[in-house]
Amino acid sequence: MKPDVLMTTGIPSKEQIDSATPPGSRRKQGPFVVIECFQEIPCDPCYHSCRFGAIKPFESLNDIPQVDWEKCTGCGVCVAACPGLAIFVVDETFSDTECLIAMPYEFSPLPGKGDPVHLLDRSGDKVGEGVVHRVVPGRKPQGTPVVWVRAPRELSLNVRNLLPSAGKGGNNCV
Amino acid sequence: MKTTELAIVGAGPAGVCAALEAASCGVKVTLIDREEQIGGQLVKQTHKFFGWHEKSAGTRGIVISGDLADQVKANPDICFMGSAEALGYFQDDGVLLLETPVGIQKLKPERLLIATGASEKMILFPGNDLPGVYGAGAVQTLMNVHGVRPGKSVLMIGSGNIGLIVSYQLAQAGVKVAAVVEALPNIGGYAVHASKIRRLGIPIYTRHSIKEAYGTACVEGAIIWQLDDNWQGIAGTEKQLDVDVICLATGLTPLCEFLWQAGAEMAYIPELGGFVPLYDENMETTVEGVYVAGDAACIEEASTAMAEGRLAGLAIAYSLGKVPADEFSRKRAESLKELDELRAGPTSGAIVKGLAVMKEQMRKRVSQ
Repeated sequence: MKPDVLMTTGIPSKEQIDSATPPGSRRKQGPFVVIECFQEIPCDPCYHSCRFGAIKPFESLNDIPQVDWEKCTGCGVCVAACPGLAIFVVDETFSDTECLIAMPYEFSPLPGKGDPVHLLDRSGDKVGEGVVHRVVPGRKPQGTPVVWVRAPRELSLNVRNLLPSAGKGGNNCV
Repeated sequence: MKTTELAIVGAGPAGVCAALEAASCGVKVTLIDREEQIGGQLVKQTHKFFGWHEKSAGTRGIVISGDLADQVKANPDICFMGSAEALGYFQDDGVLLLETPVGIQKLKPERLLIATGASEKMILFPGNDLPGVYGAGAVQTLMNVHGVRPGKSVLMIGSGNIGLIVSYQLAQAGVKVAAVVEALPNIGGYAVHASKIRRLGIPIYTRHSIKEAYGTACVEGAIIWQLDDNWQGIAGTEKQLDVDVICLATGLTPLCEFLWQAGAEMAYIPELGGFVPLYDENMETTVEGVYVAGDAACIEEASTAMAEGRLAGLAIAYSLGKVPADEFSRKRAESLKELDELRAGPTSGAIVKGLAVMKEQMRKRVSQ
């Protein structure tokens, strides 16, 4: 039996990531959600958080969320709603060289707009440098903040974490 | 001697939800916990819960425990006895013995619900008695209740949800997690929790375990190694880690001494966490009037414990004549459906299998 990369390392396989990514034509149209939730667990807040109906209705609580990318506006509300911190938003139309990536970020202190950050991949390795574009503080009591970073466009599907590069970040890496 | 309609031992998610459900039907409840606070383990759970959007999914355990505590305090039918340790239950006269701040007290309940939760399992390795070797629950208590870091660098043993979540919390507190080791071939907890710590740079080594902890007065480091198919360490695969904390998240086992003492029939079902009581669809054990809910019945998630608590509270209210039969059957069916749905996914496969074994033993017993 082929070992399950996700369940031996915590890093999703290329096939899994591809399945969560919209087709190229959609990626050129503006921000889109990437839901990296590949295991059936009893959980449905993402579906309820979407005001645009872009996450298809669940038949069972254990369903894996399915996205209708034509309805997704890339607003990022589901990023903060996901209990598993498994949802990201990517905008490859930000500029010719840069993309925007929205990531859940539960470390203190929160970075501020304009702060430089190291960009980390799914293994926590530094893959580039970016700048904080926007910070959306957590909403409900102790909700998850969402940090939008500007990143080199070619890293849009690789960057999944950040580490403030100036001052002290409460992150494990380094 | 004091009396009450329902005594609940344990004010964690199962016990509190049972208290609220029973009290909403008009049952007079005495809710007992050895801690001062209401909430059990919820008070240290800073992660967001899974489950239904309508039923506190997306809310952190610590926020849920605050909400539950407020509801308990606002309910005139629930008397909360904090800092009260239940010492024993004497089935012959139905008396519960409590050690309270004002001395030993006796309480005679008409119904008893055991919602005592679970205790952590320990594993054997050289150096496991060194200061610096902690259970994951203690690490959570230190950090999330008292605001104290347990050390500077941690080796986490076990990749179930607790091991993964506590690793994340350590990272949030600025403590380095050198590695998570897991003896099984696969990560035990949810993939999303594993991915969340992996992208912080925390490595997860499956088929690995701790060989030894070393240090003179306290933990100064640990050696981990790879395991073969017979769970034996493979020489030559050792890795040395500079850690001052070793955190054990190697599983839980139901805390059911009261059920043994009450004479409830128990069964050893590894999938459910060890020795567990046999119980029916009302969460009633083989001792009439004695009920169980939460991890004391079967090691599962807090969302399941809360659902079981509500079911037990409802069934107890019905047995005391506080709920009409039709309302009881309708609500019980909803509750059972809710539990089935929480357990419908592949991550609950072992639990479902274990519960089937338990139910079969219960059925055989009833038919005898």
